[in-house]
Parts: sequence; C-alpha cells; structure tokens
Amino acid sequence: MSREAELAVVAPVARSGGRRSWAWLGITPFFLFTVLFLILPTLDLVVGAFQTPDGSFTLDNIARLNQPTIVSAYWISIQVSVASALLGALAGFVIAYAVVLGKLPRPLRPFVTTFSGVASQFAGIPLAFAFLATLGPTGLVTALLDQYAGINLRALGFNLLSFWGLTITYLYFQIPLMVLILMPALDGLRKEWREAAAILGATPWQYWRHVAFPVLWPSLLGATILLFANAFGAVATAYALTGSSLNIVPILLYAQIRGDVLHDPHLGYALALGMILITGLANVGYIWLRQRGERWIK
Amino acid sequence: MGFLDLEGVRKVYGANTVVRNFNLSIQRGEFISFLGPSGCGKTTTLRMIAGFEIPSAGTIRIDGRDVTELKPNQRNVGMVFQSYALFPNLTVAENVAFGLKVARRPKDEIARRVAEMLAIVKLPELGDRYPYQLSGGQQQRVALARALAVKPTVLLLDEPLSALDAKIRISLREEIRSLQRELDITTVYVTHDQEEALSMSDRIVVMSDGRVEQIGTPFEVYNYPATRFVASFVGTLNILDARIVDPASGRVVIDGQEVIAGRGVNGAGVGEVRPMALRPEAITLDGGNGDRNRMQGTIEEVAFLGAVVRIRVRFGENAVLLDTFNNPGVAPPPRGSRAEVSFGRDDLLLLQDSAAD
Ligand SMILES: Nc1ncnc2c1ncn2[C@@H]1O[C@H](COP(=O)(O)OP(=O)(O)OP(=O)(O)O)[C@@H](O)[C@H]1O
Ligand SMILES: [Mg+2]
Repeated sequence: MSREAELAVVAPVARSGGRRSWAWLGITPFFLFTVLFLILPTLDLVVGAFQTPDGSFTLDNIARLNQPTIVSAYWISIQVSVASALLGALAGFVIAYAVVLGKLPRPLRPFVTTFSGVASQFAGIPLAFAFLATLGPTGLVTALLDQYAGINLRALGFNLLSFWGLTITYLYFQIPLMVLILMPALDGLRKEWREAAAILGATPWQYWRHVAFPVLWPSLLGATILLFANAFGAVATAYALTGSSLNIVPILLYAQIRGDVLHDPHLGYALALGMILITGLANVGYIWLRQRGERWIK
Repeated sequence: MGFLDLEGVRKVYGANTVVRNFNLSIQRGEFISFLGPSGCGKTTTLRMIAGFEIPSAGTIRIDGRDVTELKPNQRNVGMVFQSYALFPNLTVAENVAFGLKVARRPKDEIARRVAEMLAIVKLPELGDRYPYQLSGGQQQRVALARALAVKPTVLLLDEPLSALDAKIRISLREEIRSLQRELDITTVYVTHDQEEALSMSDRIVVMSDGRVEQIGTPFEVYNYPATRFVASFVGTLNILDARIVDPASGRVVIDGQEVIAGRGVNGAGVGEVRPMALRPEAITLDGGNGDRNRMQGTIEEVAFLGAVVRIRVRFGENAVLLDTFNNPGVAPPPRGSRAEVSFGRDDLLLLQDSAAD
C-alpha cells in the first residue's frame, strides 16, 4: 500500500521532466509582453534611480529619500494601504461568507458577482469625482445629511480629502475585489469537511478554527496583500480626490515625473524604487507566511 | 425494538417526497445495506440518521433514545463519505485525532487511541503524511479510522468504495466487514452495487423511488425477490409474463406452454397475466430428471463469457437468459437451433407489485 502511494506521488513529477512541449510557443507572447512592458521599464527605473541627470552613477537620489516630506509620504501611504486592505478584507470576507455559505436566496449571488466585478475596477478619476459628488464638502449625501438629519459631517470631523476619506474611497474597490477573490475560495471549502467535523462532535466554531480557517488562510493572506498593493499603487484616485492636500507617495512621485516645477525624474525613480521594494517586501512576507500555513499542499 | 430504529420516517423537499414511510429496526452489531438505484433516497435516509437532515415525519431512535431532532455533533454517530472528506490541512494522525481533540480528551489518551486506530486500519506508519500524499484506498482507511476513533454507537458509510478501482474495492470491502465484526458496531452501508450489498450485509434494504421494496438477508433478497423491482435490480433475473390457470396448484401458462410454480401463485386470480421471476442459474439446457418444468424454444443469442456461456432462449413473447458452464469438449449450440430447457418448479416465483405508500 505505502509503496503504491509513493509511486503515485513520484510518478507525475518524473514523467513531466523529460517532455518538450509546444505549449511554450503558446505563452511566448506573454513572455514578450512581460519583458517589454514590465521587466525593461523596471530595469530602466532601477538604473535611473542610481543616476545623475547626466547619466553618471550616484547614491544621491536614494539619500534624498530621507527627508521628512518623503518619509512621511511613505508612512501615510503604507497606513492608508494597510487600513484599506484590512478593512476591505474584513468586509469582503463577511460579504463573501454571507453570499456563499449563508442561507441567502440564490439569485443574489450573480448580482453580487457582477456588481463586484464592476465596482472593483471602478477607480481613478471617475471614482474620485463620484465620491466628491456624494461625500465631498458640498456633496449630495453631505448636504442631505446636514439638511434633513441634522448631521454635519464636517463638524463630526469627517473630511473626504483626508486619511480616512481616502481610505473610505479606496474601500469602494477594495471590498468588491476581496469579495471576488474570496467567493471561489469559500466555494472550495467542501461541504463534507463541515459535515465530517460536525459528526465527529465539533461545534461550528471548532470546525472554523481547526479546518476552514487554516484552509482559507493562504487565500485570505494573498488577497489582503493584493489589496495592499492595489491601494499602494493607486495614484489617479488619490490625486483626483485630494490633489496635493494629502501627502502620499504616488502623488509625490507623480509630481516629480510629470514635468512641472518640481520636475526631478531621478528622484521620481528613487521614489518608485522605494515603492517596488515595499511591495516586494509585502510579497516576501506573504510567501513566508503562506509557506508556514500551507505545509499540507505540495 | 432494535438498537437503531426508523419509524414512519419520511422526507419531503417542496412537492417532492424522496423518502416515504421508512420503517426499519436494526439490531445491535448488525450490518445493514441500503441498496437501490441512483436517486432512490439512500443518502437522504442515511443523512437523517446522521442528523444532517431532519425528517419531515417519523422518529429515529438510537439505543432507545429519540435522536430525531438532535444535531449531528450530539449523536455520537460515525460517518464515512464517498469522497473521504479528510481535512486537507491536517496530517493523517491529526485527522484521526480530530474527534478526540474537539472532545478535549487528554493528550496521551489521544496519542494512544490514534496509534491503535492506525494499526487497526493497517496504516501504522503513515501518521505524519498529509491526505494528498495518500492513495484513495489509504485515504478511505484513514477516514474509517477517524470515524471509529471516537467509538461511535453507529457507523454510517455512504458509498465509501465507489471512487476506488475494482481490486482495492474488493479487498477493502472484506476489511470493512471484518473490522465491523471485530468491533461489533452497528453499521448502515449505502451502495448501489448489488454485489457489494450481497457480499457484505447481514440484511439488505432494497429501495426504489423513496420506498422500501424488501428487507431481507442476501439469500432471501437474491433468491426470493418480493417485487418485480427487486427481481430486476438484484442479480440478472428473467421476468416472464404468465397467465394464471390455477392459483392453488400453481399452474400457469407461458407462451402457450403450461408449467407449474411450486410455491403457488396465491393472491393471483384465474386468467390474470402476472410477472414471474426465474434465475438464469436455475435453468438448464436439457430436459433434466424428475419433476421439472420443461419448455421448448429457439436459441436466440449465445454469449461466451469465459467460464460461463450465457444463452438466450426465446419461447414466443418471452425469452430467458440461462448460464451454462463452459465445456471445452462441447461447443455451444448454434443460434437459431431448437432447444429444450428445464427448471425446478420451486424456482418460478410470482412477483408482487411494489408496495403503495
Ligand atoms: N436538498 C435537496 N433538495 C431537493 N431535493 C433533494 C435534496 N437532496 C436530495 N434530493 C432529491 O432526493 C432524491 C434522493 O436523493 P438521494 O441523494 O437520497 O439519492 P441516492 O439514493 O443517495 O442516490 P445516489 O445513488 O445517486 O447517491 C433525489 O431525487 C434528489 O434529487
Ligand atoms: Mg447517494
């Protein structure tokens, strides 16, 4: 018996080793695309970060990152991204759970899926103006609340052009994105696992703690990191919404490369490099956590 | 009253009755199979015993206790699923330990019990593996060990072998049965494979369309099917339309040839045409000796199956399949030739209609 299993586990690996496949041809366009539009620009950017305007090597751009405006921009960016990722993940999980595992009417699901698909892509300038028009200082909801419910958002300390304003705006696409990613993951929880746990005497909480949550952990984690990166790189929404009133890295970066007074592309490169490093670090953390939580998958 | 009792159990989904008036009393330590075609309600009945479904009517009792409305985790019942349903994130040992762990048993007791269970299912060395590293047969043994580790009062198995290949299926079949005997655990086994049901069970519940067609030992169900459905579902059975001549003496006419049903045809009226059952292995391709029924027919089909040659003989409207052993010295009769067949008088059985609700 155990011999058989060993063979079964080893066999597919051994087989796929020696085969040449035409499948490579199929993914060539993908590789080309990646090289042209991802690898090369990144290399250009990395090189540029270590160059003076006349092309000689320097560490000055990197050193100039260490100034209060830039450091605080990174810090605020990370905070907004973390806040919108965590809140988005939490809310997205609750919604996906309700739709997939809750006893809601069937037709609700395609509705939620479609809406999430649209909303998760609704970012940038249109989103910013949509929020300005509703929750902005003179927005419709702000006005209605003030006029009919006597709630003055401004007096309560809410300002759309602030940290929490930006976070809430980001949540508009973060939550649906989480819902989209988690619904298939929750579908992957097999009904038999829950039933097997129940008949072995486990409470629903014990089932979640020992089985469902550990199984979902990699997806939850991966999705949250994706949400983080998603918010961290979102420049258009932030710029359109807050202009330069909120100091976050993408806006600072945009200011350096778009060619007005601040024009200093090499500082821009260094800023971007910093963003790549932070996103990369988040990914390394993700891979590390995931491997710890996923020993049971090959 | 038995150890596990189902009384008047029914299950309705909307306008659809999928289990009707199910009555069954299972003795302690008995191995019972639910046998029937796809969709006949086997799984639904099993799930009501497990507590995953609540009956629309009726009572389920385990060891005298009414469990009809209890949650699955309050019943102390073990279940093995067709798809194994091992927890993928836990090792084999952790899977087996699961029920004990959630019951907060002491660590050393859990370790002892896990080792014991893995030894029983003959996988003592695989405790540290993850489910994906096991073959299907091994996974199902682990599932069995996991279900038995908590010492359930009843073991339920829903087509546990149907995802496995034929060889493993047969060896595991024997293992499950001997394990069940050893532990003396009351067992309900769902299958649509008649061979499995016949070879493993103390008694078989044959089901069709949500109702119980017959409950009996494999011997009874196979040899004395109660209804037309049982006759056609269990084994290969010839069903002949016979016109009743004399119910008392069992005289009937099949395609103009008069034969006798030794067990009588009580309950049928003179002149009625009723279905009768005749097993292929009860028919010989010769006249035989003594008081046998003899019929003349034409060889319509000859199928060489190896050790057995299966021959179809047609009388008129009716035809029968019969099995003869292969004899290297004698070629099977050619198609189209005339032949005489014979069968014992007691082998011709009147079939009842399926029970009403
Ligand atoms: N949750 C449900 N809602 C509605 N109908 C159901 C539900 N569960 C089962 N049924 C119906 O009940 C009938 C019996 O199903 P069941 O699963 O008990 O059959 P089965 O005998 O186990 O069949 P199989 O051999 O295919 O597993 C089927 O017609 C099925 O469609
Ligand atoms: Mg079934």
